[in-house]
Amino acid sequence: MTAVEAIIIDYDAGNVRSVQRACTEVGISATITADPELVRRADRVIFPGVGSAESAVDTLDKRGLSAALKDFYATGKPLLGICLGCQILLEYTEEGNRDCLGLINGEVLRFEPEDHDLKVPHIGWNQVTEVGSHPMLKNVSEGDEFYFVHSYYCRPTTKSDHLGYTDYGTEFCSILGRENLFATQFHLEKSGAKGLAILSEFKHWSAD
Amino acid sequence: MLSKRIIACLDVREGNLAKSVKFVDTKDIGDPVAKAKEYYLDGLDELVMYDITASSDKRNIMLDVVEKVAEQIFIPFSVGGGIRSVEDANKLLWSGAEKINLNSAAVQRPELISECTFAIGSQNIVLSMDIKKVEVNRDFPSGYEVVINGGRTPVGIDALFWALKGEELGAGELVINSIDADGTREGYEINLTRMIAEAVSIPVIASGGAGKPEHLLEVLTEGKADAALIASMVHFGDYTVSGLKAWLDERGVRVRKTW
Repeated sequence: MTAVEAIIIDYDAGNVRSVQRACTEVGISATITADPELVRRADRVIFPGVGSAESAVDTLDKRGLSAALKDFYATGKPLLGICLGCQILLEYTEEGNRDCLGLINGEVLRFEPEDHDLKVPHIGWNQVTEVGSHPMLKNVSEGDEFYFVHSYYCRPTTKSDHLGYTDYGTEFCSILGRENLFATQFHLEKSGAKGLAILSEFKHWSAD
Repeated sequence: MLSKRIIACLDVREGNLAKSVKFVDTKDIGDPVAKAKEYYLDGLDELVMYDITASSDKRNIMLDVVEKVAEQIFIPFSVGGGIRSVEDANKLLWSGAEKINLNSAAVQRPELISECTFAIGSQNIVLSMDIKKVEVNRDFPSGYEVVINGGRTPVGIDALFWALKGEELGAGELVINSIDADGTREGYEINLTRMIAEAVSIPVIASGGAGKPEHLLEVLTEGKADAALIASMVHFGDYTVSGLKAWLDERGVRVRKTW
């Protein structure tokens, strides 16, 4: 079997090798790159990330990757965002006051739980609910749990972009997508078999 | 709702799995890669590996073990033991660790925490604290003291003070390891765990003393821990990860049940 090929965007935001390992596990041959031209020419792009949005956005701009991601999205080929990569798809983040890619309408806000027992960052396994119908979510059931690590959450304004929710003091959109773009706030590469099952669908998914 | 995490700890010495009792008399009990995979498939939420290799020239064996484990498990994976610089941390991250556990070296040079959080991000830096009960006095208002070198060396720092300092320097999580309870299988140090969990606003992982499911229940409720670290309980086959989670779930503790 020939492995499906994908590009993982490297912008010094976290352990891209974990994502690459998870890809290998599900039969995706993923190349890690920071070259905007390779991103533009790719068939499938994975946009991961952990860490702070401000340095991430700055690095993406500096390396010409912001423009490359927008161009790639415009080709209509599958784009997968994970965690920080998911947040940066929106228009704006409160973290460091940065404008983001704006591929999804909405903004990224900081958790401010009233309950002191809810700690920030939100670290650990949490459930997804109201799971939307989407080819990438074929193997996801109501209440399935995934691994989260984040202090900010996405608030996409277009309701049809919402594909799932998670409750952490406030109910936030943890799975989102539109057209050829699909993204999760949780870490697909660290969510055990459930995460790998979503990643595996990325092999076949086309937004046509 | 967020689940309480069950974290298995593998003490690895020169590539083999070891389990210590009160940090002495370690004995080898098997292959860490096989154990990691077994626990992962049985619903483990997170894995921690501590390198307890005595000599630093053999530490590269650990990088190899980390790499092999990272190819097998797709859950958060944390590594500690002998990390003295951002360079040490980066080597482990590159080999496949997600989170870096700082311990003795951070006590000796607290800037190590801020250096690592700056380079790697707070969410990936865990401050692991070995703590011993002492008499409450002016130097130790909490009644607990930080110790290093596997529990052998007291450092004259109050445990609660150090937990708050660690948070301030950017640590994303704390491991609270009671040296008194470690390996006894008589239960976690509940007072210590609760005191620190209530004082900080980052997640707290309770460590040391787990022997029965009741101990996990106690520390995850009364002890206010966000996660419980286990070792002997599962290493010697007395309990399984899935069995423990089912037991906790029946008693109303929210744990991850689908995998």
